[in-house]
Amino acid sequence: MTTSPLANLAIQTAELLEAVKALSSLEALREAEPLIIGKRSILSTLQKSLGGLEPDDRREAGAQLQQARRTVEAALELRRDQLALGARAERLASDRLDLGDVVVGAIRWPASSGHPGLVASTQRELEDVFVAMGFTVSDGPEVESDWYNFEALNIPPAHPARGMWDTFYVEMGEPETVVLRTHTSPTQIHLMESAVASNSLPIHSVMPGRCYRRDTPDARHLATFHQIEGLVVDRGITFADLAGVIETFTRKYFGPDISARLRPAYFPFTEPSAEFEITCTICRGEGCRTCSHTGWIELGGCGMLDPAVFEAVGVDGDEWSGFAFGFGIDRCAQMRYQVADMRALIENDVRFLRQFS
Amino acid sequence: MKISLLWLREFVELSESTEELRAVLDDLGLVVEGIEHVGEGLGDVIVARIDEIRAIEGADRVRLVVVDAGDGPLEIVCGATNFAVGNHVPLAPVGAILPGGFVIAERKMRGVTSNGMLCSSRELGLSDDHEGLMILDDLISPKVGEGLLEALSLTPDVVFDLSVEGNRPDAWSVAGVARDLATRLGRRLKSPAFAEPNAPESSATFASAGIDAPDLCGRLTVSVLRGVKVGPSPAWIAQRLQTAGMRPISNVVDASNLVMLELGQPTHPYDAAFVAGRTLRARRARSGEILTTLDGVQRQLAKAGRGLGDTGEDCVIVDGDDQVLGLAGIMGGASSEISRSTTDVLLEAAFFDPMTVARSSKRHSLRSEASIRFERGVDPELALRAAARFVEVLRESVPDLQWLSSPLDVWGVTPQRPSVQLREGDIERALGVALADAEVSRILEGLGFEVRLDVEGIFVVPPTSRLDIRSGAAGRADVIEEIARLYSYYRLPRRTPSWPEPGGLSDRQGLRRHVRDVIVDLGALEAWTPTLGSDADFELVHPGVERVRVTNPLASEESVLRATMTTGLARAWAKNVERGVGDVILGEIGMVFSHPLATKTPRATKGGVGGLLALNLPLENERLTVVLGRSEDSATTAVAFWSVLADRLGLADVVVRNDEVAPPGFHPTRSASLVDRETGATLGHVGEVDGDLLGKLAPTLQTQRLGIVDIDFDVLADAALVTRKSHLAQVPSRFPSAIIDLAFITPTNVHAQDLAHALRTASELVEDVELFDVYSDGNLPEGTRSLAFNIRFSSSERTLSEGEVAGAREVLIATGKRLGVVLR
Ligand SMILES: [Zn+2]
Repeated sequence: MTTSPLANLAIQTAELLEAVKALSSLEALREAEPLIIGKRSILSTLQKSLGGLEPDDRREAGAQLQQARRTVEAALELRRDQLALGARAERLASDRLDLGDVVVGAIRWPASSGHPGLVASTQRELEDVFVAMGFTVSDGPEVESDWYNFEALNIPPAHPARGMWDTFYVEMGEPETVVLRTHTSPTQIHLMESAVASNSLPIHSVMPGRCYRRDTPDARHLATFHQIEGLVVDRGITFADLAGVIETFTRKYFGPDISARLRPAYFPFTEPSAEFEITCTICRGEGCRTCSHTGWIELGGCGMLDPAVFEAVGVDGDEWSGFAFGFGIDRCAQMRYQVADMRALIENDVRFLRQFS
Repeated sequence: MKISLLWLREFVELSESTEELRAVLDDLGLVVEGIEHVGEGLGDVIVARIDEIRAIEGADRVRLVVVDAGDGPLEIVCGATNFAVGNHVPLAPVGAILPGGFVIAERKMRGVTSNGMLCSSRELGLSDDHEGLMILDDLISPKVGEGLLEALSLTPDVVFDLSVEGNRPDAWSVAGVARDLATRLGRRLKSPAFAEPNAPESSATFASAGIDAPDLCGRLTVSVLRGVKVGPSPAWIAQRLQTAGMRPISNVVDASNLVMLELGQPTHPYDAAFVAGRTLRARRARSGEILTTLDGVQRQLAKAGRGLGDTGEDCVIVDGDDQVLGLAGIMGGASSEISRSTTDVLLEAAFFDPMTVARSSKRHSLRSEASIRFERGVDPELALRAAARFVEVLRESVPDLQWLSSPLDVWGVTPQRPSVQLREGDIERALGVALADAEVSRILEGLGFEVRLDVEGIFVVPPTSRLDIRSGAAGRADVIEEIARLYSYYRLPRRTPSWPEPGGLSDRQGLRRHVRDVIVDLGALEAWTPTLGSDADFELVHPGVERVRVTNPLASEESVLRATMTTGLARAWAKNVERGVGDVILGEIGMVFSHPLATKTPRATKGGVGGLLALNLPLENERLTVVLGRSEDSATTAVAFWSVLADRLGLADVVVRNDEVAPPGFHPTRSASLVDRETGATLGHVGEVDGDLLGKLAPTLQTQRLGIVDIDFDVLADAALVTRKSHLAQVPSRFPSAIIDLAFITPTNVHAQDLAHALRTASELVEDVELFDVYSDGNLPEGTRSLAFNIRFSSSERTLSEGEVAGAREVLIATGKRLGVVLR
């Protein structure tokens, strides 16, 4: 009977572990690694020597060797982490800077201009048009309960109309009770609820903001997008006021030769409802590919507030009436600047961002 | 929904051009999304017989086909392979112009001349089928040389693709669209022909019907049809179905589909031989029941859905053995399907509760032409009229058809028809224009409403087809919309309203704009980075922290709401470095989110059915984050960026205090808090992005310095937390200032800004104090550095004397001493 090639394995392993412990820097570790567990290591040499054993013995010896290798590897990884941590601590210590001691006056700022975001500046232009027409601007949250995003807007639970919005649901509470808002309309509900609570009707406000729909992005759509919503609740407001506001906005924002038209549509929260289209900004109404040769481009939806919405928020529909409208801010930007692919807006390519002033 | 002009013309006379009709339909809210011309350009296409098929040398994709189209053999090169000698196929001869303007010319290929083109169904604009040539033998008994249109009994037609809104259950049919057109154009609405039961035997002697769930099934009618012979439909029926995008199957199934398209009532024919007990009943599905629908999918019934308010209710049709035959109003099962051997048919025409159908259809991800109509609401009165129309249509191919008398007709609960009152002035209050009662009546009666004029106004009862019309104030709005729609939105007046309340931005919105302007002035490019990120990215900055997840993300990389903009901006910067344009400052104002369990101040709101539940939603925190990635940037320039911003925002005194523990994502030894001296509020942080974080986003950038300024906009916008400089103008003294420099050996624990503040407030004569040099080396005592200040003294009343300046200098030195600093 010959001596097992692994007779000294325990001692050899212990020596390797000692060697690992002695490593004093990451660099040393990198250098020593092949000798400890690599092809040139004693463990690899032993592995080769197992070839001559009987199959059963070889299996058993192989397992032993594997065990030893795992022990050494684990020690090496531990050491690597310790050294990395130490190196980081050292680096951070030498990097330490007291920011209270920065001599601001000594820093010369190079002349290079920044650029506002296309969507943000479009939003500002839109807000300005509405502010000039007497609107205030209101903000609202991006994560909403189903009450604000749907039910108070006359879209009851499991109603087929909920399918009109491809909703991102948030993992929170009962299933489908929390959503990323699919439109800015929930802000309407917040506004009306608080106006009723503080007895401060009327409301004339626009509500810009970020919305989300579970819609695969393409050249014309993003799953994250921006809308601006308008809400008027006042005495004696009619569909004529809605049509007038849409028309005035269209001319002020897109120019005097662009006008709006309304055609019947369905939204659960308005009745009567309308889609509004504007003269195609590419062909100025002559007809082109963008507008499918109709001369018109669909911009958004609008309508008179549905009595069911008034009921949900506690506004007396006999005293007050109102309208709402909404459309895409990014869409406006895309149309005005003829952005061929909407996805450019979220790619943050400096070459794109630098164009806008 | 695709709708044929020829078909519409059976209901209402229409002489308008296609474009005129498009405009009318659009204006009625039946938006035309496309127009197809069927059979147009087929005048030149003729029937040809395949006489010979030969290979062409050196070509493996095409073959030479010899056909006879009445004028002797003609050689044509053809790429299709789905035909054999003897088949009849459509031939477009040389000179023919196909739909879309494609002109057929003589072509030479591989030394062979092709004298025309053999066509597929799609090339002729007849269907989407392009799996090979259109084989006419399958459809008709073709005659060589006959024109294709005559051979197929095809009349050129125009098909409008209409988008029908969710509140127009009545418009999901040719008759419904025709009714709108007839009313708008002031024309008569014609009615198609309906059959009458023609067999004396009573239906009840042959079959039975029942409703066990009257709330789910409002009406179940079963007609018994005997002597049925299943075969192909007449050509006109096949064409009608094809224009609507449906495939002809057999005369019985086609008649059912035709009636659905025409009147809007889905019907379901069963082979009576395979319906146990010849009984159809509607009941609730029971938990554990399974149905294999016609599409071959096994479906678990009565299983609660995920959706809010979805209890899992399914309405099913069962036979006499209580076995489930189909999912009511959505899809049948395979067992009782019509086949070639069917002779007796039970025809189901029913009304099902729209919400039940909608929920079942969504839960089982199963939409059919029937479910689309039922979930919007089919006219409950329509069932037997649809059966009568079905029989009339089927009779064309089965003249001896027997319809047993007294069709079975069981009722459950159907929607109440509201009575809506339009009070004097209601229309004007809604639309801004008064309409004559006569015009209102004409419109509403045209749409099938019952109208009664009264001293108290107009009382209106909607037709049974208009389940969308509600009662009370909502019903009033619904009816007014119909009036406005038919009157035309285009004709309604426009008025730009005004009101006494001023418009404008809130302080917070004004501040947001101001901040945006300043960061742009300082050279930042405004970015828009994703709100939704990956779990891994979240973990990089906030390991182990509870996070807000999306249940149904588009991709796992977009499944978690961001808790910081640092990662997104650093990534955007890294990407630009890769593009070779990374020498920039990027900034963003946006929301970051904290899980309600990870914040002390979640957003309390209400939710759940009826909004009755108190809910804690994520905290939404608006922030301004700027990353400075120019070659000269570091924590130092970040401080400079901040201090210009603070100056432009008019902040009185915000101290840059080094952090003991850096905020997540920041360089641990190069970060400082921005603390309002008065209120103690932390406005944000300034420093560098942690190199380890950068290294994980882009390994080559680990050692780059990326400056960062991260401001909590919620704090910045809170007037109670932020101290601002007086807005009052300070006119500088007209007398000359005295300027001196003081350098102090300052212990490390004395903050430069604290010292400056102490000096600034030490004497009335101090106009300004500015740090201009920081110096430390081995010559200074351990744990100190030298801070040199530029100090400006002045008085608004006189030129300061040397003595006064010297005195003030002493005061400042004494002040320093109290803080433990020594003049150098
Ligand atoms: Zn155009």
